[in-house]
Amino acid sequence: MSSRERILARVRAAVAGAPDPEIPRGYRGPGALPADGVVDLFAERVRDYRAVVRVLPESEAAEQVARSLAERRAGRVVVPGGFPRALLTAPDVQWVTDDPPLTAAALDAVDGVVTTCAVAVAETGTIVLDAGPGQGRRALTLVPDYHLCLVRAGQIAPGVPDALARLDPVRPQTWISGPSATSDIELNRVEGVHGPRTLEVLILT
Amino acid sequence: MSRTFLGMPGAAPRSGDEGFPERAARALRDSQLRFNLRKATRTIRARRAGVVAELPDWAELRRAGKEIKDHTLRHLDTYLIQLEEAVTKAGGHVHWAADAAEANRIVAGIVKATGETEVVKVKSMATQEIGLNEALLAEGVTAYETDLAELIVQLGDDWPSHILVPAIHRNRSEIREIFTRRMAEWGRPAPEDLPDDPPALAEAARLHLRERFLSTKVAISGANFAVAETGTLVVLESEGNGRMCLTLPETLITVLGIEKLVPTWRDLEVFLQLLPRSSTGERMNPYTSTWTGATEGQEFHLVLLDNGRTGVLADEVGRQALRCIRCSACLNVCPVYERVGGHAYGSVYPGPIGAILTPQLRGMGSELDRSLPYASSLCGACYEVCPVAIDIPSVLVELRAKGRHHLAERTGMAAAGWVLERSGRLARMQRLGGRLRKLAPGRLPGPLGGWTDTRDLPPIPEESFRDWWNRTDGGRR
Amino acid sequence: MRVALFVTCVNDTLFPGTGRAVVTLLRRLGVDVDFPMAQTCCGQMHVNTGYRDEGARLARRTVAAFRGYDAVVMPSGSCAAMVREQYPRLTGGPQAPPGLRAAVDELTPRTYELTEFLVDVLGVTDVGAYFPHRVTYHPTCHSLRGLHLGDRPLALLRQVRGLELVPLPNAEECCGFGGTFAVKNAGVSAAMCADKVRNVLDTGAEVLCAADNSCLMHIGGTLGRQRTGVRVMHLAEILAATEAATGDGAERAASARRPGAAR
Repeated sequence: MSSRERILARVRAAVAGAPDPEIPRGYRGPGALPADGVVDLFAERVRDYRAVVRVLPESEAAEQVARSLAERRAGRVVVPGGFPRALLTAPDVQWVTDDPPLTAAALDAVDGVVTTCAVAVAETGTIVLDAGPGQGRRALTLVPDYHLCLVRAGQIAPGVPDALARLDPVRPQTWISGPSATSDIELNRVEGVHGPRTLEVLILT
Repeated sequence: MSRTFLGMPGAAPRSGDEGFPERAARALRDSQLRFNLRKATRTIRARRAGVVAELPDWAELRRAGKEIKDHTLRHLDTYLIQLEEAVTKAGGHVHWAADAAEANRIVAGIVKATGETEVVKVKSMATQEIGLNEALLAEGVTAYETDLAELIVQLGDDWPSHILVPAIHRNRSEIREIFTRRMAEWGRPAPEDLPDDPPALAEAARLHLRERFLSTKVAISGANFAVAETGTLVVLESEGNGRMCLTLPETLITVLGIEKLVPTWRDLEVFLQLLPRSSTGERMNPYTSTWTGATEGQEFHLVLLDNGRTGVLADEVGRQALRCIRCSACLNVCPVYERVGGHAYGSVYPGPIGAILTPQLRGMGSELDRSLPYASSLCGACYEVCPVAIDIPSVLVELRAKGRHHLAERTGMAAAGWVLERSGRLARMQRLGGRLRKLAPGRLPGPLGGWTDTRDLPPIPEESFRDWWNRTDGGRR
Repeated sequence: MRVALFVTCVNDTLFPGTGRAVVTLLRRLGVDVDFPMAQTCCGQMHVNTGYRDEGARLARRTVAAFRGYDAVVMPSGSCAAMVREQYPRLTGGPQAPPGLRAAVDELTPRTYELTEFLVDVLGVTDVGAYFPHRVTYHPTCHSLRGLHLGDRPLALLRQVRGLELVPLPNAEECCGFGGTFAVKNAGVSAAMCADKVRNVLDTGAEVLCAADNSCLMHIGGTLGRQRTGVRVMHLAEILAATEAATGDGAERAASARRPGAAR
């Protein structure tokens, strides 16, 4: 008998006659949380993680991207395929594309990355990337030390259940809640380990 | 029965012949350890309480989490097959391992087939449980731990003492000392004059591991959840070392305990709320990665691990331990864990959950494993915080009934039972005690001496309540 | 209403003053309480130490001893939790005789810890007590997390004339008693109690009270060994004390230094 068969047989013998409970879903599921006020809540919650957050009209996005990159003195910045070209007006920035794919070492040498996102979660201050247009493959937002992420107000879901309902499980996802952090030393949270140490979120209204 | 291997092999701090009380006694003498644990567990307790109180539907989420897990376990055969099909369809390879040895053999085989001799690892309880690092080393493969706490443990030739924060027993100055002394042997040395403030220590870990992340071709991980319906695997983490391992290497091997399944994508809406808040006390952990099968050109292997789990599943009361999502909230509130730390439990699973999981997985053949169900005052704090409502005190009591007891104790308990079985016998014993009350010793003999080492005995009253009641007609005379 | 007192084996044998205080208190509130002589022990020690069969035997005796009462009152959170939470599992199950199962189902909802009986059944929080001392209250684990007594004990204490109630820091933490845990893991138990004692001393209270004499025996034994001068008293003894100072509680309050001090 293969291990597969043996494990399955053991499982079947073990659960024979066990009760089969109904799953109660009395918690606040998709649609249960109010949709108004999500921009403010999201901004507040992202800020709690010590990320930089700015709320601005969509029409000023290009200007703010340029200003943020200049403040950061980011000269070489990765731009994933599908990112709106109209927002790339910053002078003195060399835009690096991922086509052909950049090596890990090449990614390590850039100053930052600018992306859009798939969905955001207000209650937890989370942005979700799913490798869709403007987001790129997962390594792009991992290796560079600075991540500038653009979130449109309409992308902000009130809670976790709403966000999951909007996402395609088969796409690779990265849920990001603030900059890289650790609680491994005396259980105190410290920002900045292996992922980007600076996360900046522009919320476009 | 064959003993299930549960980590802490030959080099483990003392053997299974030594029970929990003796191990605990050693830990209690370590005042630095007690100070570190007290500080850390109290910090995390307050944080958890704060973010749990924020959710008005916490009780409902907890109930749903419990029942989703129970439902999954009830139909585990179906869901395992469903998961296998979905992962395979998405280009991944699925392997089944009945025990630790088989899992280690499978993983070593995959690594050797790539021709690599180094792997990077994401913190994983399952791979610790099976002693994968040691098994790989025997095959000439070096495994590098990349989680900060695991790195501290690995560099310090130490043993993990907590599920979430394996180096919780170390404070900042001890960590600085370990980094300064050992990093050079494993790769990039620690910076000179490394200070002991946490940001500097985190920075040192970043620099030490950077090059390794960018160049290593094979990674090994565990997973927090696996969605049967879609074949999606989910890893929650904080530092980004997980993302490094899951994303950059050409080959990814994930070792998954078979109890980690959830039926549907939607079910994650419960666990992605329960886990981070219970575990690190955050609304959400910094990074969660999900992937399905071979992703972005990577080769993907999934190893499904039994290693005693089906045995636990067969126990009506004990099977609820398989609901555990490894959040470690029970460790953080446990008054016993707070005072003795994780090493006293002699297993990769310490604390209250370890006290019910270890004896069930490993059996109760050793003195240590028989003593673990007694490593609790049954105060119930663990049950109260458990996000999947594992009634740990009830399982402890159940396990106590299953283990062998020492002869002296059996005799004492039988005698007490005999006296208490008839009210007349109890009354006679009470009167005897009343007459001999002046002779009561200040110190009790034998194992009972543990009481009088630190506490006075209450004086024995001249007259029991029942004799008073009889003499005075319930105080009416 | 036929009310029985289940005094518990620990109180019966070591702390008879607590039983007398319950009788005094309930009579004062107009409840004529009965003491079924056949009672001995609820079986908790046996069950929680791994001797389930012996424990189940004691549980069956207890169920028989309290048949026919409208209410069973227990001055012990931990023994009341045993009856209410563990009896159904312990004496039930498919093998149990149907008669026994019915008796258990009848007994468990009629079993009350003392403060539950006072607040929920009698509907009183002011029991007419007088106790002019600085007091702190330790909610024992089974009172707090087993029975969920909540504010009941504090509500009763707040109405006691002359009593100054001071909050106990980290009150919800276990004192380390845990039945045979105190002997089997004596070192850890003592370490837990050391912290509890420190918190008690920080309050500056003269008296530490609780709804369980077993936990008080442990904390009081440590307070006594360390010669702190802080007394421990069962909650019932404080509630039984009156200005007339004829009750057992007041009597003990005046004379006792430790739990169960002989008269």
